[in-house]
Amino acid sequence: MSEQHLHNTEEHAHDEHAGLSKSKIWQVFFILLGITVVEFVIALVILPGGMVSRMAANIAYILLTLLKAYYIVAFFMHLKFEKTGLKLSLGLAFIFIFYFITLMLIEGGYLNIHMTLNS
Amino acid sequence: MDSLSQLDQVKTTPWSGGRSPWSVEYGKLMMWFFLLSDAFTFSSLLVYYGAQRFSKFTWPNPDLVFQSIPGIKDSGAPLVFVGIMTFILIMSSVTMVLAVEAGHRRAKSQVVGWMIATIIGGFMFLGCQALEWTHLHHEGFWWGSIPEPEKLKEFFTGPVSNVAAQQFANLFFTITGFHGFHVFSGVIINIIILCMTINGTFEKRGHYLMVEKVGLYWHFVDLVWVFVFTFFYLV
Repeated sequence: MSEQHLHNTEEHAHDEHAGLSKSKIWQVFFILLGITVVEFVIALVILPGGMVSRMAANIAYILLTLLKAYYIVAFFMHLKFEKTGLKLSLGLAFIFIFYFITLMLIEGGYLNIHMTLNS
Repeated sequence: MDSLSQLDQVKTTPWSGGRSPWSVEYGKLMMWFFLLSDAFTFSSLLVYYGAQRFSKFTWPNPDLVFQSIPGIKDSGAPLVFVGIMTFILIMSSVTMVLAVEAGHRRAKSQVVGWMIATIIGGFMFLGCQALEWTHLHHEGFWWGSIPEPEKLKEFFTGPVSNVAAQQFANLFFTITGFHGFHVFSGVIINIIILCMTINGTFEKRGHYLMVEKVGLYWHFVDLVWVFVFTFFYLV
């Protein structure tokens, strides 16, 4: 049994996870940095300049954040190169989080209607 | 043993047992599921923050609350300091993934070098966070306390709400504190792995999978910061 395990681990270390090449790592780094710079430009230039609404900027922030999250999870955490089953078992669980977000925002909106300024 | 190994040979499909159907080593798989549970914890904190903010008429403006660079500028520089913190954490994520890459090549001295760089990045981030906390504490924000009414007005663009300010303070210190605790434990784990690498433990073992596992944890900490940064400082 332990022999089997060792064999699997060895196999795993050699074949299936060649890992990222150095150039790919730096490419992902510059993408992440670039997205962060875009966020700063929105916050410090575009938004004070009154070019877009607060709502549009917030949507842009959230989309850019999700894009950054994708690059970190897919490449740095190497999930893109794992088996589909693992991707699904980790990814599908986030349905509950989206459900929770929806519920809590509805709740927050309801409270907002019934809110006095200092409560 | 002999008949057992024969039985094993019959089974070839991924889900027929005898091996990991996802070709992921046990410890790494458990790290993934731990991180999934941790993602739920952080999500619930951030979603609660969102719900609170949604429910209030007014909220402290992050551009007014976070506009200092400790030791350099007291005001008028929104996002600059947190930008530096974000850069440090992304950078340390890169050095971590470079350590993993060196581990694949079993280049011990390179793993050691990149792990040291990652640990330094972690400490730099924690130092920045300590400065940020100290600054906010001096302004009067803390768990259960907010600045004087005169001072508090400076942090709102709209009408002032004591409850909103208090919720903001509590949630800011709780969420960045919980994240900082993760960074701190990540640094400790990185130091342990660094010592094991220097001792040659992984070289004897024949693989650097432990570096990959702590790497997953470290990237997760970076990932959480991406969300904290967006929801506390940008939105």
